[in-house]
Amino acid sequence: MARLIVRRLVVSLAVLWLVTLLVFIATLLLPGDPARAILGQQATPERIAALQHQLNLDAPVWQRYLDWLGGVFTGDLGFSTATQGSVNSLLGDRIVASLVLLVAAAVISTAVGLALGTWTAMRRGRPVDHAVSGISLVIAALPEFVIGMALIILLSTTVFRLFPSVTLTRPGAQVWSEPSQLVLPVLTLVLVVAPYITRMMRATMSEVLDSGYVEMARLKGLPERTVIVRHAFPHAIGPVAQVIALQLAWLAGGVVVVEFLFRYPGIGQALIDAVNKRDVEVVQAITLMIAAMYIVVNLLADIVGMLTNPKVAAR
Amino acid sequence: MSLDVTDLRVSTVAGSPVLHGVSYSIRPGEILALVGESGSGKTTAGLAALGHFRRGLVPSGGTVTVGGTDILGLTEPERRALRGRTVAYVPQDPALSLNPSLRIGRQIAEVLPAPDADRVAEVLAEVGLPSDPAYQRRYPHQLSGGQQQRVGIAMAFACRPGVVVLDEPTTGLDVTTQALVLETIGTLAEEHQVAALYITHDLAVVAQIADRVAVMRGGRVVETGTTREVLGHPTHAYTRELLDAVPSLDGAAPAAHEGTPVLVAKDISVSYGSLDVLRSVDLTVDTGECLMLLGESGSGKTTLSQCLSGLTAHYTGSVELDGVPLAPSTRQRSAVQLRDVQYVFQSPFSSLNPRRTIAQSVEVPLTRLTTMDKARRRERVAEMLDRVRLSRALARRLPEQLSGGERQRAAIARALVTTPRVLVCDEVTSALDVSVQATVLDVINDLRRELGMAIVFVTHNIALAREVADRIAVLLDGRIAECGPVDEVLTRPSHTYTRELLANTPKL
Amino acid sequence: MTAVDKLEVVATPEVPATHPGLFHRAWALPTAKIGTVLTAVVVLVAVLGPWLGPVITGHDPTDFAGKPFKHDGIAGTDGIGRDVFTRFLAGGSTLLLYAVLATAIGIVLGAAVGMFAGYSGGRLDSVVMRGNDVLLSFPQLVFALLAIAMIGPHGWLLVTVIGVTHAPRIARVARQATVAVVGCDYIRAAEMYAVPRWRILTGEVLPNITGPLMVELGLRLTYSIGYVASLSFLGLGIQPPSADWGLMINENRIALVVQPWGVLLPVLAIAVLTVGTNLITDSLASAAAHKEAR
Repeated sequence: MARLIVRRLVVSLAVLWLVTLLVFIATLLLPGDPARAILGQQATPERIAALQHQLNLDAPVWQRYLDWLGGVFTGDLGFSTATQGSVNSLLGDRIVASLVLLVAAAVISTAVGLALGTWTAMRRGRPVDHAVSGISLVIAALPEFVIGMALIILLSTTVFRLFPSVTLTRPGAQVWSEPSQLVLPVLTLVLVVAPYITRMMRATMSEVLDSGYVEMARLKGLPERTVIVRHAFPHAIGPVAQVIALQLAWLAGGVVVVEFLFRYPGIGQALIDAVNKRDVEVVQAITLMIAAMYIVVNLLADIVGMLTNPKVAAR
Repeated sequence: MSLDVTDLRVSTVAGSPVLHGVSYSIRPGEILALVGESGSGKTTAGLAALGHFRRGLVPSGGTVTVGGTDILGLTEPERRALRGRTVAYVPQDPALSLNPSLRIGRQIAEVLPAPDADRVAEVLAEVGLPSDPAYQRRYPHQLSGGQQQRVGIAMAFACRPGVVVLDEPTTGLDVTTQALVLETIGTLAEEHQVAALYITHDLAVVAQIADRVAVMRGGRVVETGTTREVLGHPTHAYTRELLDAVPSLDGAAPAAHEGTPVLVAKDISVSYGSLDVLRSVDLTVDTGECLMLLGESGSGKTTLSQCLSGLTAHYTGSVELDGVPLAPSTRQRSAVQLRDVQYVFQSPFSSLNPRRTIAQSVEVPLTRLTTMDKARRRERVAEMLDRVRLSRALARRLPEQLSGGERQRAAIARALVTTPRVLVCDEVTSALDVSVQATVLDVINDLRRELGMAIVFVTHNIALAREVADRIAVLLDGRIAECGPVDEVLTRPSHTYTRELLANTPKL
Repeated sequence: MTAVDKLEVVATPEVPATHPGLFHRAWALPTAKIGTVLTAVVVLVAVLGPWLGPVITGHDPTDFAGKPFKHDGIAGTDGIGRDVFTRFLAGGSTLLLYAVLATAIGIVLGAAVGMFAGYSGGRLDSVVMRGNDVLLSFPQLVFALLAIAMIGPHGWLLVTVIGVTHAPRIARVARQATVAVVGCDYIRAAEMYAVPRWRILTGEVLPNITGPLMVELGLRLTYSIGYVASLSFLGLGIQPPSADWGLMINENRIALVVQPWGVLLPVLAIAVLTVGTNLITDSLASAAAHKEAR
């Protein structure tokens, strides 16, 4: 079993490496010349050539790739042409800010989804089940910026005025210094993901509750609580873990739109800015980070799946 | 403790009746067999003894009395208290009812009122399984089917219940294991004076193990009595029908068959990595004869049948039709050769494309392998459907609208539509009820006589031998253990394995 | 199947759930009817809107119609004085067109790859699915951002990149469905008559995986609408001065308190449309899953 995990890890690393290639090649195809972009219109050809040399732009492609990759490993993510500073300093705080959102959203949506899903599975067919099902179907359909916008309309402007719709952090302060501004972005992310987790948990739990061994446990005369906790729940976790991971990984992309909507100073907002300003190295760095997060979360999900599958675990 | 079910009525939540007033009773130490085919309601009637009804079913009348108490009058928590302790259940498929992620020791211990490792060991020993702690720590998937089933039996008898309901506990087990399990059940029931309800569709098993029999059909008990009475002198027409349909190992020897070899397999060997599935097998089939290829699971019989028909090319050796070598894969055989050797699959539920009507499915071989025009093809399809006794109205239906037996006959029609000279039937009746099986075997026999086909009939059930075969080849571990005319092999078997099979096969 | 069920059906039906009555069964569900109505309403608005708008209001979507953020006209004006209602009516057609095209590309590519991998099995299957996994390691939106950053916010690029990122996800589903079908004997039966492989794929496999594919179609359409609208919202999709719902939401949200219609109308439209398509998808999924419980 350890061997399987290691093999899965190796595959993930391979995929991650391929992703770095993809990202690098993509940015190679970007139009325009970074050196020219930095120096502006008035630059003379000599100064451009000099800067190109300084930025290693005249080195062969594979070397530039290796340099960049080496930089990634040592923590140097490059130079931002837009801010004229290092990418690290630009992103440092923002990574933390985004992580705050993502972790909060992940924890809340997983807890809510698992609980609600189990609860409705045990009350299958009753009005409560239909109601929850219907509501999650509706919310799951909406694109995240629509959910965010709806929340703003409801809670921030027209109906109630409870929470700020825009994040106004003083430079230097942390995003959590003003917790009320975190509520809407986190709530939006939770609403995006929780319906899927709920539905998946409900479906899996229903299937497990109908299974032969759960029925057998009941026929053995075990108390219902033992049946649910010892026989049903553990079998629902495996498949649900995969879906939860997929949803959480999805958050990594979804955070972009939410940050833009709430003007939240995280990496998503930074990505949009960088794309608009053709700030190549920043785009590279953020894309890589998001992809890495995605891959890691998927790897964890697969491992959980393996651990909870007794046919694999017992070896 | 005795079990008395009186006038039990069960219907669906929507109101349609499933059981129409079923009554049976069992004394302590007695085994009652509840016999019926699919849809007879026997499982519902059996589960009622535990006060358990599947989702969508509710009791609508009658009583179920266990040791004096009417279970139906109890609340659910009270019933739960009885289950496992007073009334126990042995499920049909242990693979489905043992929790795959709990160790078997744990699962047995759950039934006991208090955790007791000694008791668990005792109970495992009673069913003939190792009782050491290491064995108790195993997971279900680390046990064989027979072992899993015995764990299920151990769980049921662990609390010394007064009543045990056994739901087809030996279906899917090979004959030798089945014999062992039946013996275990018989001994335990006798020793502990348990009132046992044995649900089954297999009348031969009933003869082995039951003291009394109740025959069910369509939600009603049509006949009850001692085993000797019901099986020897049945009073109800349906019981007689069922008994007639049971294949018998006794009977007259068929006329000796004269014919020339049409399909000859030489030195067939198949191995996957280090596993040898077939070892140097030789086989001959004469024109017009039916050769039974008998083997249990793992013997290689399906692999052999697939080598003969070209469904697998992964073998060494040769297969010849009329002296001409056949290419290993169907894709390399000529149209004539493909017409001449055809195959019928085991499961009628997955061998017909669910999106095609019966007529369309049966027509496909004609479209692909012959040059007949549409009119001729249609005619031929209709002819074949008649031959397999399928009404023409069914031709325009989809497979799911037909029963299992009808679908299997349609699959046979499809295989016959090019008038093959050799028909390979792979366990074609294993998925069917006994009475349906009899019909399909009749069809195969008639066709053989009318069309002069050679048939290779692959099965695990030796009892079918006299019903359908001229010669029988017994396959064991990838080798032919014995081969000869049916009469000889059944009455004077030369191989110990054949002798064992014959001894272990339950007879009426 | 429970231990109990297995007995009443002597052999388990192994055939996957694509019954010709799929659409009939789906239609019987209330979610299907509600979903169809909602979708139809919005589609009508999107399709007829660009033509109806000027007829009703007398303005073109890009005309100057009055002072910014005032309440003249049916729904007032936007930030640069254009009539909101006209822009709203005109704002759905491109969105819908792009979403449909992207979904179509995704389905065709994804189904082809998935069926091929599922039917081939073995190493080919592994290789294709590994390649698939690499493509799956990007969130779709981020991939789109990257592409737009590289090449620019062109319509054809939007459609292509969203379609191409749908494909691996659909391929996964298609492959799984194909593998379930390929395990069935009727596929092997076709081999008994030497039916050519491509014919088996189109004639035997494809008709039997339409259930899961239809569900994916619905799901992907819902997402496509979301992605195109989101990208326009971010300013990286449909570009000004075109009228587009996603774009409008971004343009008009500054004045949300003063002139809400510029945001409310497009939000409602997108919401109703996606809810509609999702309800239809859900009814298809229920219908496909309930094949055995008749």
